[in-house]
Amino acid sequence: MSLRSAPLAVEAPERARDGLFTPEIRAQIDAHVAKYPPEWKQSAVMPALTLVQEWNGGWLTRELMDDVAAYLDMPPVAVYEVATFYGMYDLEPVGRHKIGVCNSVSCLLCGSEDLIHHVERKYGVRPGETTADGRFTFKEVECLGACRHAPAVLVGKTYHECLTPEALDKLIEELD
Amino acid sequence: MVEDQNSVCFRTLHLKEPWALASYRSVGGYAQWEKILKEKTDPAKIIDELKLSALRGRGGAGFPTGLKWSFMPRSAPGQKYIVCNSDEGEPGTCKDRDILRYNPHQLIEGMAIAGYCIGATVGYNYIRGEFYEPIDRFEAALKEAYEAGLIGKDIQGSGVDFDLYTHCGAGAYICGEETALLESIEGKKGQPRFKPPFPAQFGLYGRPTTINNTESLASVPVILEKGGQWFLEQGRPNNGGPKLFSVTGHVERPDNFEVPLGTPFKDLLAMAGGVKGGKRLKAVIPGGSSVPVVPGDLMLQTDMDYDSIAKAGSMLGSGAVIVIAEGTCMVKVLANLAHFYAHESCGQCTPCREGTGWLARVLHRILNGQGRPQDIDLLDGVAGRIGGRTICALGDAAAMPVQSFLQHYRHEFEYMVEHGGRSLAEAA
Amino acid sequence: MTDKLSIEIDGRVCEASPGEMIIAVADREGIAIPRFCYHKKLSIAANCRMCLVEAEQGGRPFPKPVPACATPVAAGMKVLTRSPKALEAQRGTMEFLLINHPLDCPICDQGGECELQDVAMGYGGDVSRYSEGKRVVKDEDLGPLVATDMTRCIHCTRCVRFGAEIAGVRELGATGRGEDMRIGTFVAHTLTHELSGNIIDLCPVGALTSKPFRFKARSWELTQAEGIAPHDAVGSNLHLHLRGNQVMRVHPKDNEAVNETWISDRDRFSYEGLASPDRLTEPMIKEDGAWRPIGWQDALIRVAERLKTASADQIGTLIAPTATLEEMYLAQKLTRGLGATAVDSRLRQQDFRGDAADPPLPWLGVPIAELETRDAVLLIGSDIRQEQPLLAHRLRKAALGGAGIVLVNPLPLELTFPAQQLVTSAAGMLGELAAIAKALRKRGSGSVKDLIAQANPTDRHTSAAERLKAAGTERSGLILLGALAAAHPDYTLLKALAYVIAEATGSTVGYLPLAANSAGAYLAGALPHVLPGARPGEAIGADARAMLVTARKAYVLWGVEPSYDFANPSLAATALGSADLVVAATAFRAPSLEAVADLMLPIAAFAETSGTFVNAEGTWQRFQGAVAPPGEARPGWKVLRVLGNLCDLPGFEYADSGEIHQELATLCAEVRPDNAPRGDLKVEPSLAEAGLMRVGTLPIYRTDPLVRRAAALQRTPGADVFAVGLNPALAADVGLADGELAVIRQGKAEARAAVVLDAALPPDVALIPSGVTGSEALGEQIGPVAVAKA
Ligand SMILES: Cc1cc2nc3c(=O)[nH]c(=O)nc-3n(C[C@H](O)[C@H](O)[C@H](O)COP(=O)(O)O)c2cc1C
Ligand code: SF4
Ligand code: FES
Repeated sequence: MSLRSAPLAVEAPERARDGLFTPEIRAQIDAHVAKYPPEWKQSAVMPALTLVQEWNGGWLTRELMDDVAAYLDMPPVAVYEVATFYGMYDLEPVGRHKIGVCNSVSCLLCGSEDLIHHVERKYGVRPGETTADGRFTFKEVECLGACRHAPAVLVGKTYHECLTPEALDKLIEELD
Repeated sequence: MVEDQNSVCFRTLHLKEPWALASYRSVGGYAQWEKILKEKTDPAKIIDELKLSALRGRGGAGFPTGLKWSFMPRSAPGQKYIVCNSDEGEPGTCKDRDILRYNPHQLIEGMAIAGYCIGATVGYNYIRGEFYEPIDRFEAALKEAYEAGLIGKDIQGSGVDFDLYTHCGAGAYICGEETALLESIEGKKGQPRFKPPFPAQFGLYGRPTTINNTESLASVPVILEKGGQWFLEQGRPNNGGPKLFSVTGHVERPDNFEVPLGTPFKDLLAMAGGVKGGKRLKAVIPGGSSVPVVPGDLMLQTDMDYDSIAKAGSMLGSGAVIVIAEGTCMVKVLANLAHFYAHESCGQCTPCREGTGWLARVLHRILNGQGRPQDIDLLDGVAGRIGGRTICALGDAAAMPVQSFLQHYRHEFEYMVEHGGRSLAEAA
Repeated sequence: MTDKLSIEIDGRVCEASPGEMIIAVADREGIAIPRFCYHKKLSIAANCRMCLVEAEQGGRPFPKPVPACATPVAAGMKVLTRSPKALEAQRGTMEFLLINHPLDCPICDQGGECELQDVAMGYGGDVSRYSEGKRVVKDEDLGPLVATDMTRCIHCTRCVRFGAEIAGVRELGATGRGEDMRIGTFVAHTLTHELSGNIIDLCPVGALTSKPFRFKARSWELTQAEGIAPHDAVGSNLHLHLRGNQVMRVHPKDNEAVNETWISDRDRFSYEGLASPDRLTEPMIKEDGAWRPIGWQDALIRVAERLKTASADQIGTLIAPTATLEEMYLAQKLTRGLGATAVDSRLRQQDFRGDAADPPLPWLGVPIAELETRDAVLLIGSDIRQEQPLLAHRLRKAALGGAGIVLVNPLPLELTFPAQQLVTSAAGMLGELAAIAKALRKRGSGSVKDLIAQANPTDRHTSAAERLKAAGTERSGLILLGALAAAHPDYTLLKALAYVIAEATGSTVGYLPLAANSAGAYLAGALPHVLPGARPGEAIGADARAMLVTARKAYVLWGVEPSYDFANPSLAATALGSADLVVAATAFRAPSLEAVADLMLPIAAFAETSGTFVNAEGTWQRFQGAVAPPGEARPGWKVLRVLGNLCDLPGFEYADSGEIHQELATLCAEVRPDNAPRGDLKVEPSLAEAGLMRVGTLPIYRTDPLVRRAAALQRTPGADVFAVGLNPALAADVGLADGELAVIRQGKAEARAAVVLDAALPPDVALIPSGVTGSEALGEQIGPVAVAKA
């Protein structure tokens, strides 16, 4: 039990960190690292993955995960564990945008099924798929915590609430 | 909006830019914190006030907050932590998001006071990753608070330190479970830890840690301002204060309502404009998707406090009130819930990993018209073998809906099995 | 120590220590509680939920069943492991485990020894309630040692925790979430840690199994025998699983004091070498350059005749340090009986100047189990993970417990624990130690004195010195000399400096004996300066190097493969090649042997003979032969017995190997391991040169003839790679780029190898392994070298 909270880092071979990502991203990751105790650099793995994913156009490659591991002195597999556990990381190429329709109970009661079927039919994508034109990746997501204005949809970083299929179409139209 | 004298977490809601430091100051914000800094109030006194207030944890378990704080080995040497649980992900729950969006400073003040009481000089607020806007609001508020010298090192020359940081989730409901949340801050998968040891002994980074829900912490400054007795009197004995209820589903005006604990459910329903389309109330899930469902008739006679709802056979949970109108297929609702728990199981405990998927598959099979008569007992049996046998309460959360739906709406399941997937409720 | 308390399990009163988990108490009492995730050597995960039991405390029952593996005992606790409630909970878990688990035990490699299968028999109910599709999981190739069948995985995470906690390398992980959680490397790469094979034992089901053993036998066809691992100086205790006359696989046998519950991959998979086509199965004689079989009788008579007629000062006996105590004892008895004094088993050593002052019986300095309790350890010249995998594991435990570990080495090591590495040239190692000694204000005498005088201690040396000193005052400091130290041209000076530092800090000096019976050689007298019973010899005979530098007319090679087992294989080839008679007792044919030998006598290998190994802590571990040697091969002690008799020597009338053991044990009755030098370590000027030096490591799977023939181990990446590692700056100086072919010269010896650039290497080190194919053409393992463009 004593081991379970020990940082996973073993003395990783010194790797050139300066070449990884961009100076801006490194600075942002460093700012996250500074929030945690010095021996717990790995606490910054989630924000680091988030930053790197965004920089890479919305998804993470194995190389990027390895780079994050090197940057934070973590065993690569520990980074893979994190990247595969949390739903917001994508390990396959994605569209230019991500659209997540909430499928949990309050939204279900308020018509999220219609939204989902609508997207499937109109844009020819099933959950997890990207439209042929690469415009967006469609996801069903679990409760977004916006139940009082159900059904809720997350487009990029913005919540849209009380959506009808028509309103969703308009949102999609506005996407490049 | 007009000011409600009795509101606690929403006390800035009537203001323009309610999230700004100035707005919060204008309703008396940070006065308690500054008083504590100046007077070096005995933490024990603050904890006593909280105990008197009968504030119970708003995250779901309803554990008395004052008592929780008193478990911390305050004067033991070494780092201690206060952690706020803003991972809000329980289906039906959407209250903490509004605290973060509209009253972030009150949470900061609550966390600072909590840190002071338990001897923690560092706090983390774990906010779910999808909350982009609330995260920005909270971060902006943090910046304001630092700049105003309300948090940081040697705050206002008091010798008290308190640093507060945001840690963002990335899409995993299980991180709302407090020890999974700690693992997540530690840069790991959010897999709950076995307890004991409890976080008060072995928490974040192995150090003593207190974890509270956003609403619990945000309630603290007001309790100190108006007194524990006042807060207690807002609610009922053992159920102090007003509480946020997220009323969602089949109601005319779904919203968050901050009402005293003990408010009759029918009043709360009325505030939300009644059942949508004037339909009959069929059922209510009164505390977030993981608590047992309560038939509408019984719910209409129940008051909204921890003890009354327990008497009705369910739990107040996070205060998410999911209203279900007549004509809704309960098989479909349960299948939706089962899918959620299967999707969100962290995967470590055998019963939860294997059982939640099993439940979801059987329910979907029934929905698809391939149900078998024995499936109904099977569902009950499988749920019974998950509940109470896992590391964290997600196992119970997955089991309780199944057992309660079958208890109250078994005939709908039987009908669907017998009729190749036709819904009794929707047919009617 | 806190007081014991008592609890009741299934009505039985059991004594327990506060903080202990219920399952540990039950295990001690022999009360069976089913479990999958719990393992006494791993952290508690409590995730399988198989060990649920009913419990009450102070008359108040716990509301839910509790996991016995994670519930600490408390005074007056009552536990029911087989009550209806407990059984229902256990059956529930079992049902969940089985719904997605294939029920095809008959074709599973784990069938018959599967913990899941066993528990299912006892606790499973009907499994027919599940009618949904079963999970299928894609397999990953984890390399040549571990086979996967991940659909069978029950997610107990023992293998993952093993990596994180025991191996210290996280190769396996549990990726994904919920039902989609998968155990694997995620990117399908070969497991590289030297203890990885232990996950085969840890895996309770057939998800991780032995690849070499795969589908070779069913567990119920196997019988079990015990054995002692024949490679490193730990002497891991083994269970040999046999079918007929074949070792089918090897498992660890628990022995807390030696190997705990683990064995290295080398110990686990080297048995494959037994079935090598190289096995020598009948005595052979070389006539007119051609080998032909010859009967035992004939062969031994010829050997005896020629040995008897050889002049005693022309006989040299070279014994592999993996020979049994009995073989060593008889081989030296034969040699000395013939009047010869040249007998040695330190084939990888070149500096014997310290022999006169050699400690009576060098050993680890502390019991193996106490390695992990040291507060500070200075490791001199040791590629520890390759040399002694399980001692590296003990050191890792010490380091995790907060010990300060300092290494002085001519190459950087990839360690799995925090340590301070002082990496320098081969010659520079002396300077590093001298600097530590100087930081301790020690002067020393002779050459050591000069070295210390010239040293310039830096902060690193001072901090190392202080760590040792602090530990020394608690009698908890240890200074260990490893195989690279023993192969060093200035081994004597390294030893002398070690003793200086030890004295200054109150630390203990310890040795990492090279091989399974290197320590035994002192007891058996298989050394030129030591007689049986670890008695100093009156006259020091020629040592292993002297026997080759000044070639003999007759050699007896015992278990030696000349190309790979000598510090200087080209020197060995020349010396042996010039002899009139080379008699080789060997389990394997080998080109380098056939080139020089006149007679080859087939002897039993590991598991085929009885014998004794003495491990690093001086423990005698006796074992029996488990299988018969192949063909006409005979246990070595029998061959030596007959030879002794044929040479008309007295004292070779043994009925069995037990008598030999007994005779030697009597001689050793008073002998205790002892690292105190017998005299002043005669310190002479340093031999190590400035300029480019070869540093020859001995890769883990190239240490002895058996492991070199273990097929799966040889397939692991890097098992047998001949290359020259250079610092990029040096490579640039001689105009060599990464991957380019270099010509390597050591005196007249010459070889070619590809260059591997490694910025972490000191600039004056050429890292060129020994024991690997291609290295046999070269000279000293550690010695001057020239590298140029080929
Ligand atoms: C599966 C699961 C999910 C949970 N999710 C949340 C959550 O999103 N927010 C929250 O505050 N508490 C959540 N909880 C409850 C927390 O574990 C914990 O009890 C709570 O944060 C304590 O704060 P409180 O005492 O202030 O309520 C969850 C519990 C479980 C078992
Ligand atoms: S009950 Fe489920 S979610 Fe909770 S720890 Fe166990 S497997 Fe994870
Ligand atoms: S052995 Fe106790 S939960 Fe696995």
